[in-house]
Amino acid sequence: MREISSDTIQEAVYRAITKISYHCDPCVTSALEVALKKESSELAKDALNSILLNHRVSPESNIPLCQDTGSTVVFAEIGTDMHVVGQTLPELINEAVRRAQKDCPLRASTVAEPLFERNNMNDNTPAIIHIEFVEGDKIKLLLAQKGGGAENMSFMKMLSPAAGTQGIIDFVCENVLAAGSRPCPPLILGIGIGSNFEGAPLLAKKALFEPLGRPHPDTRYREMECEITQRINSLGCGVQGFGGGCTVLATHILYAPCHIASLPVAVNIECHAHRHIEVII
Amino acid sequence: MKEIRLILPIYSEEISALNLNDKVLLSGTVYTARDEAHKRMIAILKKGETLPFDLAETAIFYCGPSPAAPGKICGAIGPTTSSRMDPYTPDMLKAGLKVMIGKGDRSVETQQEIKAAGALYLIAIGGISAVLSQSIVSCETFLWEHLGAEAVYKMELKDFPCYVGIV
Repeated sequence: MREISSDTIQEAVYRAITKISYHCDPCVTSALEVALKKESSELAKDALNSILLNHRVSPESNIPLCQDTGSTVVFAEIGTDMHVVGQTLPELINEAVRRAQKDCPLRASTVAEPLFERNNMNDNTPAIIHIEFVEGDKIKLLLAQKGGGAENMSFMKMLSPAAGTQGIIDFVCENVLAAGSRPCPPLILGIGIGSNFEGAPLLAKKALFEPLGRPHPDTRYREMECEITQRINSLGCGVQGFGGGCTVLATHILYAPCHIASLPVAVNIECHAHRHIEVII
Repeated sequence: MKEIRLILPIYSEEISALNLNDKVLLSGTVYTARDEAHKRMIAILKKGETLPFDLAETAIFYCGPSPAAPGKICGAIGPTTSSRMDPYTPDMLKAGLKVMIGKGDRSVETQQEIKAAGALYLIAIGGISAVLSQSIVSCETFLWEHLGAEAVYKMELKDFPCYVGIV
């Protein structure tokens, strides 16, 4: 049984949060550069240039990419042949979140209770953590700093199996277009199909960790990803709602088995400040 | 792109000369307010009291900045989604508000209210906080410091880039 000190993992999580708060995923930078070359709207070009400039200025000036520095989301895959010594996984992740908030500093964006007091925790804890066990002696953490604006525009529905491919595509496109400029396009769409009422949104969130623009291994899902991206981009919301052809940078689908009566579909919307990282120890 | 320099306070004739999508470089004193600050400001106005700044002379910036690192003027600065402030906007306009800065669409009713009041809604680009921070000359907490990002901050802008969203 491999033993890993919780301090080692905590430090890795702390460094990961700190890094992605200032350094945009290079795949997003490349996708935006491609979008800029294709763009016809002068306003959208101006906005894309500002976004690309921000990718350079943020690490240089040590000012976060976005003032909404996000909530920490972690998908942890824990090898059954390893053991964390010291703090538990939630404790060490939350300690890393606290430290990153204080040291960077990041914005304190978490309230302890959602409706009545809405009092701010002032340290961004607790992180939202999903744990699964896998074979092996490593720990893999998929970590995101997720902004509130795009999260607010995310949606899910229990469709009827009769809805089929076109039903899903129509549902996704209609709702992304209805969100307009509010989730800060250009967007990345994570789509979960199947599982159940709580499972589909988890798939959607996890789909956002797919390498940007990776084609789905199943041709049928790949065609759906392309059709969703193309249809939304042809309907003119554009960068920040300024028109043009770049509302969505990429669409990623993950699917899972589901009940014979169900076709759950969830869409997790991600803004262009795509703060995601994978840590393996 | 053509850029129009405006300095707060902005007068009615300057607003009426603007067109949709014009790029504006805005300078002057603004106050930030998100959901909670709006709730509190409206409560003050409903009691018949006045706010500690003149809404007609300034702009309300829908923004919750991140804290400034030591030695910096400000942290990350950028707009939040304006439509969340739509329910508060009619009362703010009645109290004299002329200029709002945020991101995203407003409701149809709010668009009509803004136009009817001869006010101006400016759109700033979301997710470019490091760039926007370069246009901040000063930033201090003005009201309700304990609210953190939801407090009202007084900010001095210099050539802050934004676009005419509703006029």
